[in-house]
Amino acid sequence: MHPAYSVIFLTTLIGAGQGLFLALFSAELGARLGWLNPADAGFYVGGAVLVCGLMVMGLIASIFHLGRPERGWRAATRWRTSWLSREIIVLPLFVAGAVAYGAAHWIQGAGWMQQLPVSTLAIGAVTALLSVALFVSTGMIYACLKFLQEWATPLTVANYLLLGCASGFTLATAYAAAAEPALAPFFGAGALALSGLAFVTRGASLIRNARLKPRSTLQSAIGIKHPRIVQMAQGMMGGAFNTREFFHGRSRAFLRSVKWIFLALTFPVPAVLVVAGLALGSLPLLGLAFAVQYLGLLAERWFFFAQANHPQNLYYQAVA
Amino acid sequence: MTQLALVIDLNVCVGCHACVTSCKEWNTSGTAGTMSDLRPYGADPTGTFFNRVQTFEVGEFPDTQTVHFPKSCLHCEEPPCVPVCPTGASYKRPEDGIVLVDYDKCIGCKYCSWACPYGAREIDERQKVMKKCTLCVDRIYDKTLPPAERRPACVMACPTSARLFGDIHDPASEVSQAIRERGGYPLMPEWGTQPANHYLPRRRTELTIEEDELVRADNPLKIDGKLPKPPLRDPALDDVTSW
Repeated sequence: MHPAYSVIFLTTLIGAGQGLFLALFSAELGARLGWLNPADAGFYVGGAVLVCGLMVMGLIASIFHLGRPERGWRAATRWRTSWLSREIIVLPLFVAGAVAYGAAHWIQGAGWMQQLPVSTLAIGAVTALLSVALFVSTGMIYACLKFLQEWATPLTVANYLLLGCASGFTLATAYAAAAEPALAPFFGAGALALSGLAFVTRGASLIRNARLKPRSTLQSAIGIKHPRIVQMAQGMMGGAFNTREFFHGRSRAFLRSVKWIFLALTFPVPAVLVVAGLALGSLPLLGLAFAVQYLGLLAERWFFFAQANHPQNLYYQAVA
Repeated sequence: MTQLALVIDLNVCVGCHACVTSCKEWNTSGTAGTMSDLRPYGADPTGTFFNRVQTFEVGEFPDTQTVHFPKSCLHCEEPPCVPVCPTGASYKRPEDGIVLVDYDKCIGCKYCSWACPYGAREIDERQKVMKKCTLCVDRIYDKTLPPAERRPACVMACPTSARLFGDIHDPASEVSQAIRERGGYPLMPEWGTQPANHYLPRRRTELTIEEDELVRADNPLKIDGKLPKPPLRDPALDDVTSW
């Protein structure tokens, strides 16, 4: 597949936003259970603003993917069958939840109300559920396409969930180092654990995809059972949607190098930076950890699309 | 239930692209708007087509066959492009099984093209909506046309009658008979999409001539010895010589 930058930025930005929200909520839950020091209301308000910022940037990126963005509202209508429709419904719900979560903390912190009608923890729990639902919807958009064999695995959903959470916790570590240093080690530990888990599932999907045997062949594509079939002409010479949308157009060596770059930038380098940043109490190092991991995730998403081999490519193998 | 479909006979397709051009001509002139071309006279032309003819060489020289392979939307009975559409713009008509795109609802997200294993859908680079073969739905029901012309433009244009059109759910239809009797097959059956369009395979046409057919061994005049019997190499005349 041809990696579309709009989708790469959309999925990585909202993944980090959703992960950051789960980090904020887990800190509040931990504080309520008495495992962590309670944070200022301002910490949650600022965090919710960050979450919303990331989500809005992701939404802006997604607009560039649509040919007719002015009709985008129609995409909410087929939630019964389409995971894309479900994502488009859950996304604004999650943003609304994050806004409500930040607003509730703000109202509580400012002391404008004696008692909130709904506790921040309840709003956070619902929004956390929406965050996970959004991860599942995003992952299932790809995992439900059964003949894109590189994507059609539960590992795709696990990767979207864990990679998003890992980048969110890394961002939370840097944010806490700036705003609430007592919480930074908790977020840092979460970032390391989630990055480790994501490394396991992403590695598993890489191993799986390396061993895939394509179910469709040129023989089944044109229905002629002969071991030697060569395409002589594909019906046009100037290229078409079919040759632009489904081919990444890069060499195998380029693909391989992107794979090693994303493996390095997403997992070991940010882990070292998080540990060093926490040990030295250095905000720039923790900020760099998130920046490096985000770059790694951009490369990871590029590779995710480029690696998927669409069966329609069997029909477009030679220009003549 | 009706399921309209094309049946394409690879045995007689000569790869003339008449179906491609007539398809483009009919559909670009229709009420749904043009099928945009970008840089049609430039160095790098590209455009929207519902139908393409591809060419494959099967076998190894000198035992090769050139197979011309027209490919358009197969109007699957289980179309994977329909449930994934977030807006409902991509739909399958229950009354005749044609898979269509509502150009007024399509948001151009391209997800349906990812979900089609055949690469049958193309985005129109100017209108920014997904387009595909409609089986000339604006033609086959047009009461102002004579009944013989209520067929898709590609079928009308094919000079070798390689394209048949009809209801594959009607066992008596021309297409059902062709599928049944000439080994019609679907493309990529492994994905369970149940394409409505079928292809008829190449057939080997061999003429076997036995020796006794050449020498008319059963000629009773020869058997009775009533006519002269010139050597085999010499010219022979019916009813004059024994051969």
